[in-house]
Amino acid sequence: MPALLYMIVVTQVPFLVTLWYSFRGWNSLVPGSNKFVGFSSFSTVLSDPMFRQAALVTVEMTASAVILSMLLGTTLAILINRKFRGRGIVRTMLITPFLVIPVATGLLFQTTIYGSYFGILDWIVSWFGISQVTWASTYALPSVVAVLVWEWTPFMMLIVLAGLQSESLEALEAAGVDGANAFQTFVSITFPHLRRYIELGLLLGSIYIVQTFGEIFILTQGGGGNGNGTTNFAYYIYKQVANADNYSLGAAAGVIVVIATEIIAAFALRLLSGLFQATEGT
Amino acid sequence: MATGVDRRRRHKRGTRQWALGHFWTIFTWILAFILFFPVLWMVITAFKKESNAYTDPPTLNFRPTLTEFSQVINSTSFTGGIPHALEDSAFVTIATLILVLAMGIPAAYALAIRPVKRWRDVLFFFLATKMLPFVAAVVPIYVIATHLGLLNNDWVLVILYTGFNLPLAVWMVRSFLLEIPKELLESARIDGAGVFVELTRVILPILLPGIAATALICVIFTWNEFFFALFLTNTNGTAPVFLSGFQLNEGQYWAELSAAATLCCLPVIAAGWIAQKQLVRGLSLGALK
Repeated sequence: MPALLYMIVVTQVPFLVTLWYSFRGWNSLVPGSNKFVGFSSFSTVLSDPMFRQAALVTVEMTASAVILSMLLGTTLAILINRKFRGRGIVRTMLITPFLVIPVATGLLFQTTIYGSYFGILDWIVSWFGISQVTWASTYALPSVVAVLVWEWTPFMMLIVLAGLQSESLEALEAAGVDGANAFQTFVSITFPHLRRYIELGLLLGSIYIVQTFGEIFILTQGGGGNGNGTTNFAYYIYKQVANADNYSLGAAAGVIVVIATEIIAAFALRLLSGLFQATEGT
Repeated sequence: MATGVDRRRRHKRGTRQWALGHFWTIFTWILAFILFFPVLWMVITAFKKESNAYTDPPTLNFRPTLTEFSQVINSTSFTGGIPHALEDSAFVTIATLILVLAMGIPAAYALAIRPVKRWRDVLFFFLATKMLPFVAAVVPIYVIATHLGLLNNDWVLVILYTGFNLPLAVWMVRSFLLEIPKELLESARIDGAGVFVELTRVILPILLPGIAATALICVIFTWNEFFFALFLTNTNGTAPVFLSGFQLNEGQYWAELSAAATLCCLPVIAAGWIAQKQLVRGLSLGALK
């Protein structure tokens, strides 16, 4: 099993080393600081108001992006699950946002969409007599969330669509024969069937969106609000390592992030294991 | 009489349904257009001259030009220019893909068709590693890469990305392998096929769409990755790192930026469009049918 060995080396070793550094006081700008300091990096990180804010920002950003993109994605999945002219083209258009490089997405929104004077959004709000909003700095968090929703809606749409298409036609026909209207059929048959697909989409989406970095790097550099309004965990670690050269604080923050993500992942795994047994019929 | 009314009523309902159907179709088209618009606008802006990109209101009235594309291709102002970045990205993506498939397929095969002991644990170990936030491990990775002298070397990205994508690949290929009916393998064996023939003649052809789905997902994640590329290769970057350089200009030069972004995104968008069916299967991790 070379794959297993490789996985252990590449994924587990760095985490062990992260753990090791997190107990040391290493700041690359301070000579001799690379020594054992116990839990002091953890207490520094946990008592750092910026880290606590980063935790809050991560939760807010992830939850709103995941929920909104799921709502939009489900709507779109239901819409394109019908037969209509140009369905293939519409689906092609809809999956595109997911394929664009996140950094490019960030740049595109920063310039041609959110840009002041010449951006599309400024042009649209000018119809309503509002002029010149510096979107990415005035509304930092909503701007980033909007970009994330744009990117992740196709992902949610495709997962829900897979659910819709796996629905048994017999159940739907039986409901039709029993005189259920479209709404009743959706509530009593389609939704329960879709539920685990929606759950899977929400969990996988959360795991990816928690790690958002490129969009923030481009759009707001973690700013907004009181100056750190869009600094999530990933950006916090980046700031600690790249700007403050504080490797141990970055490592300690990393350990905390891993623990937090594993809690979500545990739910995801349990759900997947259920789906997995269902599709295998074991 | 009664039948006439009935028919008319049914006809009326048909018209209403017909109108409603059209309403939803148009509604879907509008939504799709709005969501697609930023990409479309990027491509349109890429064909503008810089002076046409800054107009209030934004304009469609311009003469398309390739100026910015040639500007971007020929410029080597920072990080070696776009040909260099695309070359790096292509190398990293292809090398990662080869490694992932070379290790992932045998592992998946072992787990699916000839189960080893405790295979369920192994499988969940693979999946669990996929869910780790790798962002958290950047410090030691950076330090280790420095010690090994691998900083600013494309291979460090290949090694990492292989690690990121392997679990996904094992997971997906395995679920595709499970779909192969056991009877097919048995009948091949009865016909006297050896393991090698069984692999290449029976399993591989059925598995190809599954491998394509896996490969597509790997390519998307590898080509688009930014965080580690930025940390580990900042002077010698892949396409996302190259693009992030435009941010330093406070997002000026919209047309040039759009042209560069269009070029960098094109390979993955094209791959995704061509292999749409595989994308649908791949994103649901093959666990969903």
